[in-house]
Amino acid sequence: MLRFIVRRLLQLIPILLGLSLLLFAWLRALPGGPAQAALGERATPEAIARYNELFGLDQPLYVQYLRFLGRAVQLDFGNSARTGRAVTEEFFERMPGTIELTLFAMLFAIGVGIPLGYLAARRHGSWLDSTSVIGSLLGVATPVFFLAYLLRLLFAVELGWLPGSGRQEVRIDATRITNFYVLDGLLTREFDAAWDAFLHLVLPGIALGTIPLAIIVRITRASVLDVVNEDYVRTANAKGLATATVRRRHIVRNALLPVSTTIGLQTGLLLSGAVLTETVFAFGGVGSAIFDAIFARDFAVLQGFILMLAVVYVLVNLLVDISYGLLDPRVRVR
Amino acid sequence: MTIVELPPHGDDRTGRPVLEVDELTVTFARKGEQPTHAVDGVSFSVAPGETVGLVGESGCGKSVTSLAIMGLLPRRGVQVGGSVRFDGHELLGASDRTLRRMRGADMAMVFQDPLSSLNPTVPIGTQVTEVLFEHREMSRKEAVDEATRLLDRVGIPDPARRLKEYPHQLSGGMRQRALIAMALACSPRLLIADEPTTALDVTIQAQILELLRELVVDSGTALVMITHDLGVVAGLCDRVHVMYAGRIIESADRHDLFARPRQPYTGGLLASVPRLDGARGVPLHPIRGSARDVIPWTEGCAFAPRCDNAQDDCLTEVAGSTVPLELDGPGRELRCRHPLEYPRSPAGATASGAAR
Repeated sequence: MLRFIVRRLLQLIPILLGLSLLLFAWLRALPGGPAQAALGERATPEAIARYNELFGLDQPLYVQYLRFLGRAVQLDFGNSARTGRAVTEEFFERMPGTIELTLFAMLFAIGVGIPLGYLAARRHGSWLDSTSVIGSLLGVATPVFFLAYLLRLLFAVELGWLPGSGRQEVRIDATRITNFYVLDGLLTREFDAAWDAFLHLVLPGIALGTIPLAIIVRITRASVLDVVNEDYVRTANAKGLATATVRRRHIVRNALLPVSTTIGLQTGLLLSGAVLTETVFAFGGVGSAIFDAIFARDFAVLQGFILMLAVVYVLVNLLVDISYGLLDPRVRVR
Repeated sequence: MTIVELPPHGDDRTGRPVLEVDELTVTFARKGEQPTHAVDGVSFSVAPGETVGLVGESGCGKSVTSLAIMGLLPRRGVQVGGSVRFDGHELLGASDRTLRRMRGADMAMVFQDPLSSLNPTVPIGTQVTEVLFEHREMSRKEAVDEATRLLDRVGIPDPARRLKEYPHQLSGGMRQRALIAMALACSPRLLIADEPTTALDVTIQAQILELLRELVVDSGTALVMITHDLGVVAGLCDRVHVMYAGRIIESADRHDLFARPRQPYTGGLLASVPRLDGARGVPLHPIRGSARDVIPWTEGCAFAPRCDNAQDDCLTEVAGSTVPLELDGPGRELRCRHPLEYPRSPAGATASGAAR
C-alpha cells in the first residue's frame, strides 16, 4: 500500500515537468503579453521594454523556464502581476474556498443523487423513475452559468433568501485560521460567521452540484438495476435475510462501485476550479482567480495556480484509487 | 438387472414428506406477448433423508420450479399457480415476512455458479454469519465460531483464515463449499441444489456430490437435486423426475430409470452419455433437434418433433386428448403413448397394461 502511494507520488514529477513546459510555451505564445496587459494599449515600446527587463521577460525562453523551475520547486511562483502579492499565498487563500464549495456541491449531489437513483431503480417504470431520468437529463443539459444566474436572480436578488455573492458578509469580522471560512468559524466558536459562510456556499454549491447530481442519479439507477439481478442478491434472498440487510450489504454496496468512480472524477473536476460559477457568484476561489489572471495575462498566477491544481488533481485521484480498495476487495492494492 | 429393487429408504417414504409440490404452474406474461408456461403442472414430493432429482435440458423449467418453491421468482410478470406445501404449510401466497423467516432456516438453496452467487465485496465469514444472525440468536463470537465449524464441516481447510477472505481469493470448489456451508448454517430440513457442480472441474464435482450425500445421510435433510447431468443422478438420487418443456414426462426410482427408461426422451438422454466401456469408434447417439423444437403440450407431446417413436396419435388433434402422466408400473409414472418396450422384461409390459 505504501509502495503504491509512493509510486503514485513519484509519477507526479514527470506529470508536473511536462505540464509546466507545456504551460510555459503556451502562455508565451499568447498574443499581447503581460507588459501590454499591465501598462495598457497605449504603452510606449520603451515602457514595455523596461517592464520586460524588470520581470526578466527579455531573457531567452529556456533561461526564463529554468529560472521559473528553480523557484517553483521551492513553492515560489513569483508575484502576481496584477495584485503584486505572492502567488503561493494567494493560492492558499483561495483554494480553501474552492474546496469548501466543492465539498458542499458534492455532498449535495451525493446526498440527493444516490437515494434518488436507488429509488428510481427500485420503482423501475414508475413516475418517480421517469421524472428522475428526465430531470437528470435536464440537469446535464443545462449550462452551469445559466443555472447559476437563474439561482442567483431568483433566490438572492428577487427573494433575498440567500446571499448571492462572495464568501462572507463584509460586516462580519471573522478570525481567519485556515482560510476554510466555515471551519474557521467553528474553530474560533464564531458560529454566526460559520453559518454565514455556509449560507454563502448554498447557491453556488447547488449550481455547481447539478451536473454531478444528474450523473450520479443516472449511474446509481443503472447500477442498481444491474445489481438487483445479480446471482448474489438472489443468494442473499434465499438466505432469508431481512430486506434492509439485502439492500444495504448486497445491493447498495455493490451498486456504489461505479458511482464512486464518478464521484472521484467529478470531485477532481470541481476542485480544479469552477470558473463560471465562481465568477457569477463573485466567489473568491481559484476559478475566479484563474479567470482574472487570463484577462490580465498574469503569467505567474496562471502557471502557479495551474501547476498546484494539477497536484491537487493527482492527489484526489490517488485518494479515489485508495478508496476503491476499501469498497472493492478485488482491486485492493498490496 | 431387470429385478425391481426396493427403494433404499423404504421407511422414510412412509413418513410425511417435507415438501409437497402439487400441480405447480409458473407462467411468464409480458404485456403484448404470448405468455410462456415455464412450469406446467408439476407435482412431486420429497421425504426426509430422500434425494429427488429433477432432470432435463436447459430451459425445461427445472430451475424455475426450484425458484418457485423458494418464493424467489420476481413478482412482476410472473404467475405461480398450484400448491407448494412445506411440512403441510402452504408456501404459495404466504407473506414475504413468513417466507424470509423460512428461507435460510427451514429450506435453503445452493446455486449453480458459486462465483456469481457470492457477493464479491463481502468477506466469506460475513456471508456465513449473516444467516446465523438472521435466524438464530447468536452473539458475534458464537456466530464466528459456528461459521468456522461450518466451513470445517464442508471441508474447507484453515477455516478461521478463510472467513476473512473474499470470494475471489477462493478456488471454485472452495466457493461452492462455502455456499453449501451458508445453506447448511441453520440445519434446514429441505435443501435445493440447482446444478451445484456444473461450474466445477470433474474431480471437484465428485467431492461436492460426496459432501452433499454425506449431509443427507447424516442429518436426514430432504434434498432436491436439479441437474442435467445423469452422472449426478446415478450417484446421488433416490427418485428421479425427468422434465421436458415444463412438465414431468417420466418419474421412477433411480435403478428403474437407468435400467429401463420408458420415455424415448429419457432413453435418448441415457444413450447420449459417452461410455468408457463402449467399443471404440462407436458414434454417440445425440437426441436430434434442440429443446427449442417443441410444440405446446395442448397440441400434443412436446417431445414429438424430436422423437423417434412419434406417431400420429402423439398429436392432440388425432388422439382427441393431450398426453397424460399415467401410472406405469409400481413407483413409476410416464407421459408417453409409444414408450420404449422391453420384451425380456414381463414386469414392465404387464404393469403398464394393468395401470391403464
